[in-house]
Amino acid sequence: MTRVTRFAGRDPGPAARMAGFLAHLRENGWRLGVQETDAALTALSHVCAADHGETRLALKAICAGCREEAERFDALFDSYWMDAGRVRTKVVPKKASTTSDNVHSSRDGDGQDASGSGQLTAPDGGEGNVESDGEGKLIPSEVRNLNRRDLRDLVRAEEIATAEGVARQLGEALRDRRSRRRIAARKGDRLHFRRTIRRSLATGGEPLRLYRKKRPDRDRKIVALCDVSGSMSVYAKVFLAFLAGLMRGDATADAYLFHTRLVRITGALRDKDAMRAIGRMSLIADGFGGGSKIGESLQRFGDTYARRFVDGRTVVMILSDGYDTSPPVHLDAALAKLRKRGCRIIWLNPLKGWRDYEPVTSGMAAALPHLDLFAAANTLEDLANLKGEFARL
Amino acid sequence: MSQTKVQSDLAGEGYVASNELAMAVHLALALERPLLLEGSAGVGKTEVARALAEVLDTKLIRLQCYEGLDAAQAIYEWNYQRQLLAIRTASEGGETGKTVEDRIFSRDYLLERPLLQAITQDKSPVLLIDEIDRADEEFEAFLLEILADYAITVPELGTVSATTRPHVILTSNGTRDLSDALRRRCLYAYVDYPDRETELAILRARSPDIEARLAEQVIGFVQTLRKEELEKVPGIAETLDFAAALMGLGIADLTSDPVALQASLTTLLKTQSDRASVTTEVAQRIAGRAA
Repeated sequence: MTRVTRFAGRDPGPAARMAGFLAHLRENGWRLGVQETDAALTALSHVCAADHGETRLALKAICAGCREEAERFDALFDSYWMDAGRVRTKVVPKKASTTSDNVHSSRDGDGQDASGSGQLTAPDGGEGNVESDGEGKLIPSEVRNLNRRDLRDLVRAEEIATAEGVARQLGEALRDRRSRRRIAARKGDRLHFRRTIRRSLATGGEPLRLYRKKRPDRDRKIVALCDVSGSMSVYAKVFLAFLAGLMRGDATADAYLFHTRLVRITGALRDKDAMRAIGRMSLIADGFGGGSKIGESLQRFGDTYARRFVDGRTVVMILSDGYDTSPPVHLDAALAKLRKRGCRIIWLNPLKGWRDYEPVTSGMAAALPHLDLFAAANTLEDLANLKGEFARL
Repeated sequence: MSQTKVQSDLAGEGYVASNELAMAVHLALALERPLLLEGSAGVGKTEVARALAEVLDTKLIRLQCYEGLDAAQAIYEWNYQRQLLAIRTASEGGETGKTVEDRIFSRDYLLERPLLQAITQDKSPVLLIDEIDRADEEFEAFLLEILADYAITVPELGTVSATTRPHVILTSNGTRDLSDALRRRCLYAYVDYPDRETELAILRARSPDIEARLAEQVIGFVQTLRKEELEKVPGIAETLDFAAALMGLGIADLTSDPVALQASLTTLLKTQSDRASVTTEVAQRIAGRAA
């Protein structure tokens, strides 16, 4: 095990190499900052840095932040430090003309780099591909429908206005009654001792007036994920109007579309002009009407956006018919992981409104145990009628 | 201190730590950063803190988290009963408002909860924040504040800065995802079920009188049992109980007495369905393989 690193000559010192390693982790989807680079360097001064075993353990303690990361760390460590993977290019972009003979510094690093840039070969086992929000290539093309469909044909402005009302009502119904801290209130279930005692000083220690506190209601955040695959196109009209209404009625809501991949449309839907918002959405959601990979889309959601936007006060609303072309294990794992964030999961399935509908598609069957509510919704009225169910969550 | 020193020191206190864990503890001490330990229940996360406190010869301050844990339980609270009494006696003694107020809002009337206790010790204590995943997100938020500055502000008193920085260990069973912000502030180690050799070492360290043959069998049995489909996988504490039960029953060989073995399984299997799934035959098969 005496493999060595490949960039001894290229990087100016340990600090640059460590920064390179952290950048390498970041490229693989880890969320690390400058602080970690600093900590990693400091940590090396506390261990025997020449011993790669110790270094590996030390960096693992610093950089990994959860179980999956801890398990992946060794492979990433090897691919960077142990010459097992591709060679990284420098993070710093090259200056325009390095051939200029007007040399100010004797250690102009760009010169060395020129030779290295030719050999960035050997992809590292495919795990590097996590990033890039929609640059194709992740998905086999036969299941994608690249014909753009303009969603403006589907949705009318009046419907958005109605949907806005529905979304408001649902938001009202989803009040969370479990805030942890009590705040002072005129009518409350507990005595506010601190204030009572303080005020009793004025009356010579006689607590004449009792102050109270209670647990305030807290709003829940709605995160909606809408399936716009081919099988859903009949219902898309209602759901898209609902999403647009939701965005306008609720400032904290968040919306995504998915078919074979996942796109965040919150920004686009917040456009002041409702129809322009829909237009922007249809530009973003290119490929609308293709196949659907629910499991993979949800997994991607869980690995990226959910880490920022989903917490214990969130209701994740999935609008889909459950026809999934990826294996059901993906969906099962994705929902189980999402649940761990403490959120509620609601699945609104338009097919459930049919008579004799049974959730027997493998995807739906895998999803059922993870759901807090599984309901039908075909029209805006249906959605509005779910208020009662939502309030019980 | 180095990683191996930490490892041997912990071993001296009866805690057998993996290389990974020892390195994480070593760095947490060296960099003065909190350490987040994750892993299933019963793999010895809490024990690390206890052993570390012994090694450093310092106090262990423990904060058990639960849903709804709030500042009054975690940081400080005024002792309202004493305050009331003090005000009453003062008014009878004819003291003025200002002096009474100064008196009842002094440190004497402050009930120190674990977090405040931890930063006001003379010698850096080990602060164990156990099962942080059970507390809710708001608690994480003010924990972050304390872990960043090691200072607590009491409005009536002013800011209480840390006299010494506690060595903070957080544990989590992973029932809920922790916020990225909290993870970023901490060093991290995942504590897994120990492998055969490590568990054997733990068993020998904890029950030195166990016979070598029985110890091997017990570990073999538990290790195999963990691979079965169980609702609640037995942890290290269960292994130790199991060994103690067998020794108490005077069993020297697992395969010798199926009835007694079945009876002592109560120490390993803690749910009804697990008990039902490990029948006498299954237990004998596992025991036979372990022997």
